[in-house]
Amino acid sequence: MLRIHCPYCCEDRAEEEFVYAGEAGITRPLAPEQLDDAAWGDYLFFRTNPRGAHQEMWFHASGCRRYFKVLRDTVTYALAASCRMDESLPLPAVDVLP
Amino acid sequence: MNQVHRLEQGGRIDRTRQLRFVFANQALEGHPGDTLASALLANGVRIVGRSFKYRRPRGIVAAGMEEPNALVQLGAGAATVPNILATQAELYDGLLARPVTGWPSARLDLLSVISAFGPLLPPGFYNKTFMWPRHGWRFYERFIRAMAGFGKAPREADPDVYVKLNHHCDVLIVGAGPAGIAAALSAMRAGARILLLDEQAEAGGSLLGESGSVDGRPVAEWLSNALAQLQGSDRVTLLTRTTAFGYYDHNFVAALERRSDHLGLVATTGARQILHRIHAGRVILATGAFERLPVFANNDRPGVMLASAVSTYIHRYAVVPGRRLVLFATADRAYQTAIDWLDAGREVIAIVDPRPAAAPLAGGMENRLLDVLARRNVQLLRGHVVTEVLGRDRVRGVRIAPVSDDFRALGGRARDLPCDVLAASSGWSPVIHLSCHTGGRPRWDAGKLAFLPAARPDCLTAGAVNAIWERQACVEDGYRAGETAVARVGEQETAAARVGEQETAAARVPRVTLANATASTSVEAAPEQAALFLVPHRLPVSRAPAQFVDFQNDVTAAAIRLAVREGYESIEHVKRYTALGFGTDQGKLGNINGVALLAEALGKSIAETGTTMFRPAYTPVAFGALAGRDVGALFDPERVTPLHDWHLEQGAVFENVGQWTRPWYYPRAGESLDDAVHRECLAVRRGVGLLDASTLGKIDVQGPDAGEFLDRIYTNRLSNLGIGRCRYAMLLKEDGMVFDDGVVARIGQNRYLATTTTGGAAAVLRWMELWLQTEWPDLRVWLTSVTDQWATIVVTGPDSRQVLSRLCQDTALDRDAFPFMTWRSGTVAGVSARIMRISFTGELSFEINVPAEQARTVWEACYEAGRAFDITPYGTETMHVLRAEKGFVIIGQDTDGSVTPIDLGMPWILNQRKPFSFPGKRSLARSDTSRPDRKQWVGLLTVDPAKRLPEGGQLVDAPDGEPPVTMLGHVTSSYLSPVLGRTIALGFVTSGHQRLGETVYCRTANGEAIPVTVAPTVFFDPEGERQNV
Repeated sequence: MLRIHCPYCCEDRAEEEFVYAGEAGITRPLAPEQLDDAAWGDYLFFRTNPRGAHQEMWFHASGCRRYFKVLRDTVTYALAASCRMDESLPLPAVDVLP
Repeated sequence: MNQVHRLEQGGRIDRTRQLRFVFANQALEGHPGDTLASALLANGVRIVGRSFKYRRPRGIVAAGMEEPNALVQLGAGAATVPNILATQAELYDGLLARPVTGWPSARLDLLSVISAFGPLLPPGFYNKTFMWPRHGWRFYERFIRAMAGFGKAPREADPDVYVKLNHHCDVLIVGAGPAGIAAALSAMRAGARILLLDEQAEAGGSLLGESGSVDGRPVAEWLSNALAQLQGSDRVTLLTRTTAFGYYDHNFVAALERRSDHLGLVATTGARQILHRIHAGRVILATGAFERLPVFANNDRPGVMLASAVSTYIHRYAVVPGRRLVLFATADRAYQTAIDWLDAGREVIAIVDPRPAAAPLAGGMENRLLDVLARRNVQLLRGHVVTEVLGRDRVRGVRIAPVSDDFRALGGRARDLPCDVLAASSGWSPVIHLSCHTGGRPRWDAGKLAFLPAARPDCLTAGAVNAIWERQACVEDGYRAGETAVARVGEQETAAARVGEQETAAARVPRVTLANATASTSVEAAPEQAALFLVPHRLPVSRAPAQFVDFQNDVTAAAIRLAVREGYESIEHVKRYTALGFGTDQGKLGNINGVALLAEALGKSIAETGTTMFRPAYTPVAFGALAGRDVGALFDPERVTPLHDWHLEQGAVFENVGQWTRPWYYPRAGESLDDAVHRECLAVRRGVGLLDASTLGKIDVQGPDAGEFLDRIYTNRLSNLGIGRCRYAMLLKEDGMVFDDGVVARIGQNRYLATTTTGGAAAVLRWMELWLQTEWPDLRVWLTSVTDQWATIVVTGPDSRQVLSRLCQDTALDRDAFPFMTWRSGTVAGVSARIMRISFTGELSFEINVPAEQARTVWEACYEAGRAFDITPYGTETMHVLRAEKGFVIIGQDTDGSVTPIDLGMPWILNQRKPFSFPGKRSLARSDTSRPDRKQWVGLLTVDPAKRLPEGGQLVDAPDGEPPVTMLGHVTSSYLSPVLGRTIALGFVTSGHQRLGETVYCRTANGEAIPVTVAPTVFFDPEGERQNV
């Protein structure tokens, strides 16, 4: 059971209140029609899946109904930080497996 | 039978009261304070079960959770509880128990003939033997399964109530033995809020069965004083009979409190068990250690017991389980059991210790023990081992022999000693299970001969779980852990507070050093513990009588050797091949011996071999406790519309749609589903029908940029919709697949009402919020769910206008003033309403939206006004038939997340001229989504108009042919259409839009091939004239 800090409610809340919403920091291309299938497919389907620090989006479904960002360690499940969508996570220097 | 093994004095039992109980049809007696196990031993019951595989007689080995044999089934009927450990079951008057193994009884097990074939039942026996002939296993399995397994689950519903409780504490301490109590004391003094758990009825752990002193005071006095302090504090909660069984991420611990199991099978008041959900700042595991039993021939005979268990039965329960004892010990601290046995007035035949005769006695040995043993003429046979137990249904003696200094070979002549109990100890294994639940890898300490728990900042360990064996050192370790835990909780406090705590930490250093020094001195002084796991026998392992490693699963030393010979190298593989550490036992007694034997067979160290991972649950947990109150009607939230009571009164039959309970059909007397749907369908087509559509999702979209937002997120354009107008709209996921659909109505300049499918409402709102918050935070738009605030009443059919005109005078209802795909504000039956002229039936329709609390007024008014037209309420089944006749798609029934609007034949829903590339647009041009040979949605008409296709039926090109045949697609919807007088269906066919008029076949499970003609999706009124009148 994760304890997740909601940066809008400013409290640690139980995981049950939240919905995981995928990897954070995926930039939607400004002009999708300009991209070839490979580049569009890369945006659509490919994610980093790191061992270690992972930027995630969570949705406070049973709370303030806001999306926000979380830095979670995929090995220890430790949550290092969370922030609003318009803020930046303090990204550590991590080895992302190729 | 009397309590032949009960001492006249001592123990923590109440001799003034007798408790009667029945074990295996035998009436017996015990006292309050007894466990079922201690009472059985007191009554001289030796055999408590038969072993899992070889059906060997088994007795009680341990006094606690690590007991592998004494599994019983309590009670009978609905409240029966399988697989309870007799050592954990507190005795109550009228307790009814029977062994979970043995047929017809544990004492006379007819299947024990199997034990004669023991050598023929190696690991993998069933897989190797019963695989012939090819399908033979299906035949054998019934018999093998009937023979296997332990207790029987009840077939009736559980009569008990279970509840869950949440806790938030600074420090959770698991285990109220010496270390746990000491940790609680120091954490309490530092001001923390503490939860202290212990699985036993009384707090105290090993202190309850020991004499001696703590902090310079007698054990009992220290314990009662400490408990008084803890219970006197309002910051400490002590829960007994509570087992922490799962340790999850972020210091979330699940613990089960057995509230009434010691009183009877069914709780007379309140909940039987409480599942405590504990969110802890810091966790201290003071879970102690289990004693190990050495592996030697016939070490499973009833009467072979753990040395500490014998002491516990004597001290705590005043039970001496025999007359003549041989003690087989590999560390001198186990000698205490011999003293206890002597103090109980019984005879000690000998102490057998494998450590060399020449070596100096261990430094930890207390002179008092030596003196007592010498004074009482107890033989101390150093340099010897017990190689084999004599006797079949019980211990009748032991065979001992001198052993080499490395314990690997026997030397000299064996001889036999008579005895009826063999107490044995080959060291202790920390109870590290909980520390492994979140992925912590234990490490082997070769000096302490123990796996130690992995260290973590938010989880500390104290006492014997750290392989600290001396009582005082455990207490010191507990004090240290309590202080450290509080200091670490404080680390999140202010910087100023942090400085203060560091000073405190510095002041604590000497005490920590002292505790470590004590432990290390004793290790250096002498070989405190002999590293003996498998005792050599004069025969090789494969030929010697069975040497058991895991009692519950009948895993022997020979089986582990065999697994290695057959190529298994990983402990995890050997575990699964031999079943080592399976079952309710989970290797509590045998795991470390198994690891040690495997390491030896592989020629590796124990550290290299490692241990299997321990996973939740630590002990079996009743499903009822995990379910709690979320059973029956409370299993899942049930949503009903404001008109639900009316539907009930009308005798509607309901179906579940997501969480909603909706009327399925309204049968009249004697009507079947088909009869009722036939009548309801024709009523709508020929007269007027009434549908409760309140479950439709409704999202109020407001803000200056609402139109822009909807233009971006939907596939079509909505900003150019006039106020008072409605438009069908579709949502795609970014991969181009249809996600949801609905009608969007423009309410005002900056306000729209978007409807969704019944099941998709929450997901659509979340989807809209995702784009609004993460991609377009600049748009000034606010979204509100109004699904529950508005009820939707659909009046539909050729007569619907006439019905509504009797209730609504302030709104012109004629075609010109109120055309199709518009909405009007009006008053219906005196209630302000939004009336929408949209249609899901293809008929003239008015969807009346009113505030939920006034829904019934309006509904009943519609029903009354419609009587003259025989207005007919209809349910979801008729709704489905009517929309299918019109070829309207139902998202989630006809689509499955792999269907594009092009596949559905709805390219007109895509507005390609919008400047913004709406979600999914680009993906529709991907090479895969733009293929012409995708499966496309079409109408399906059986050649025989009476034949109804099965939904989900597979469509193929030919009526025959051996599988595998190419699947063209499948049927998604199939009904009998009353108005058309024939069956209709919808489904997917590869390149279906190009195959109209062709014949395909639906191959059913019973071998039928139904010829089907591919048709357009709209079966009825293709021009849409009836809805636009």
